[in-house]
Amino acid sequence: MSNFNDPVSHMMLQHYLNLPPKDTNLVQVMYVWIDGSGEGLRCKTKTMDSIPMRPEDCPNWNFDGSSTGQASGVNSDVYLKPVALFNDPFRRGNNRICLCETYNYDWTKGATNNRKSCAEAMDNVSKSEPWFGIEQEYTLLDRDGQPYGWPKRGFPGPQGPYYCGVGCNKVYGREVVEAHYKACLYAGVKIAGTNAEVMPSQWEFQIGPCLGVDVADHLWIARFLLQRVAEDFGVVVSFDPKPVPEWNGAGAHCNFSTLEMRNDNGIVEIEKACERLSGKHKQHISAYDPHQGEDNKRRLTGLHETAHIDDFSSGVANRGASIRIPRHVAADGKGYLEDRRPAANCDPYAVTEIIVRTVILGE
Amino acid sequence: MELNFDDSGKHRSLEHYLSLEPANPNLIQAMYIWIDGSGEGLRCKTRTVDFIPKKPSDLPIWNFDGSSTGQATGKNSDVYIKPVALFRDPFRRGKNILVLCETYNFDNAIGKTNHRKSCLEVMEKAATTKPWFGIEQEYTMLDRDMQPFGWPKHGYPGPQGPYYCGVGANKVYGRPVIEAHYKACLYAGIKIAGTNAEVMPSQWEFQIGPCEGIEIGDHLWMARFLLHRVAEDFGIVITLDPKPIPGDWNGAGAHCNFSTLAMREEGGIKDIKEACKKLSARHILHIQAYDPHQGEDNKRRLTGAHETASIDRYSYDVADRGASVRIPRQVSADGCGYLEDRRPSANCDPYCVTERLVRTVILDE
Repeated sequence: MSNFNDPVSHMMLQHYLNLPPKDTNLVQVMYVWIDGSGEGLRCKTKTMDSIPMRPEDCPNWNFDGSSTGQASGVNSDVYLKPVALFNDPFRRGNNRICLCETYNYDWTKGATNNRKSCAEAMDNVSKSEPWFGIEQEYTLLDRDGQPYGWPKRGFPGPQGPYYCGVGCNKVYGREVVEAHYKACLYAGVKIAGTNAEVMPSQWEFQIGPCLGVDVADHLWIARFLLQRVAEDFGVVVSFDPKPVPEWNGAGAHCNFSTLEMRNDNGIVEIEKACERLSGKHKQHISAYDPHQGEDNKRRLTGLHETAHIDDFSSGVANRGASIRIPRHVAADGKGYLEDRRPAANCDPYAVTEIIVRTVILGE
Repeated sequence: MELNFDDSGKHRSLEHYLSLEPANPNLIQAMYIWIDGSGEGLRCKTRTVDFIPKKPSDLPIWNFDGSSTGQATGKNSDVYIKPVALFRDPFRRGKNILVLCETYNFDNAIGKTNHRKSCLEVMEKAATTKPWFGIEQEYTMLDRDMQPFGWPKHGYPGPQGPYYCGVGANKVYGRPVIEAHYKACLYAGIKIAGTNAEVMPSQWEFQIGPCEGIEIGDHLWMARFLLHRVAEDFGIVITLDPKPIPGDWNGAGAHCNFSTLAMREEGGIKDIKEACKKLSARHILHIQAYDPHQGEDNKRRLTGAHETASIDRYSYDVADRGASVRIPRQVSADGCGYLEDRRPSANCDPYCVTERLVRTVILDE
């Protein structure tokens, strides 16, 4: 079986990828959705005969939900409703990627469609102009499921030199990160930055600042682009919150502010928010990974720059607290707070929705 | 059937992604770079910026987790990074930039390995004397197993002799890294003056300068970052250890060439000799400033052999590579020019080195 490693095969692939359609109006639109696990992504492509300018220009579609844990075989059609549109960095040109919500045959929302109620909550609080920035951590794995670049049947030296590191003995897999950053910028995803993380083979990118439901739309597509880019490099992406015991875990710290928090003396609002959050710790933990906190138990131990899963705390510049108020926010008297509890495999729709319900709606 | 990392196909795959333009054409990537808690390591992270900065102060002050780099505790972990110099990015190209930064603590006190701030103050005080610097950065290439790159495993190459400025696969190891680095520096706008293969195989040198004042420290640190980053792409590790292989193998230094306007003018040899005398009275202070461990690292290198002076003795002379300070033969012939301080270790902080030289020679401190 041939593979794509050799220069001739690569040239052949490029030859095909560069072929324009005979009918130059035709575009390929890749529909992307969240599957029955609440953390996996699926995709399939449809040819359209005009360039969609808004999600509504893409028709509702459907797929076999019995193959993705979203329906039974006898009643398997699940609907896809496009909700956000991006450029396609793989196929380029006029081709597009559209993010979709899932709906059952009777148009009730799919079990893992957390976007619908998130969007409703964001509409309710739109006067507060809620902004979000999410720091997505992840680990690169080899095809055998071991961290990419680690010595086989052994470990690298202890954590210390890897965070924001440079050098092939400090960071593994930078090519994936660089390619992903460019892919996101091309696609129109609001990627704010990247850095190497504390555990080797672990990286982070940040999405935001985004208003309301946008942050989760952009984060889900960024996750899709990451897995798709890594596929081209033969590397696997894991969002597991604790891939290697006793090494740093992977989170999705959620930075959040309202208009009042960003205005002068907003620190008062930030402190009020921490108060409200402290009263709903268990409910938030339940929303912060796809298994009601079971995944996060392995990560939120009180070590490795986390707070223990059972305790709520907040503090300025304190990376061992549940909520960190950045130093410059305390100095300026306004800004935002950082909720460090969400796991890397959280659903950002669920995370951002419960934050606005607790902090703004007081629920 | 996938492309994987260890294969030439990865390069073409990566090229596809690196050539993608952002949907929003105003966006650029700015990579912030800083010196970590060790005083010799470099760290970096990137942010998207929606304008083209003309000077460092156009960019925001940022921050990072200092508890992960030996620069803060977990409870009070934010450390600020303040942009101080801009360079073009030879990896991402286009309008993307590299941003050299100073570190500051939560209370705006200077970070413990931020030696740039006091260096800048000293350079400003001495500005009328127009201090120029050129630094010869030596370094060693290592394989992933931390053995010198290209050396036979469980053995040694033939003795030193044929390698210095050599050519041929049996004389020099790793030339592609140095060629790539030279181009990257030129592209970035770093004042790289030259390169050569060094006496020990797998050891190389590049020179930065002539730069006036603070510029030398900025350009040398950024050149070091580019070297580590270029080598990363080749699967090679760079070490600035001053004596990577004990025994009859050369160490690695960062000889600092230095002059004032007076030294460069006719008759300047008088000022050069006066500088050499001033340096003799401050030998210990200089040794302490010439590596990140107050001279402990340099002890292994400054033995009096292998073209070094002993760490305990200060000496200077014309054309003598066994002296602490060498006055080049050409300078002696012309009666003016510069001196070469051969003491700094390869892993020195150039801000500390150049500040110390100006304090001793110009400010009489």
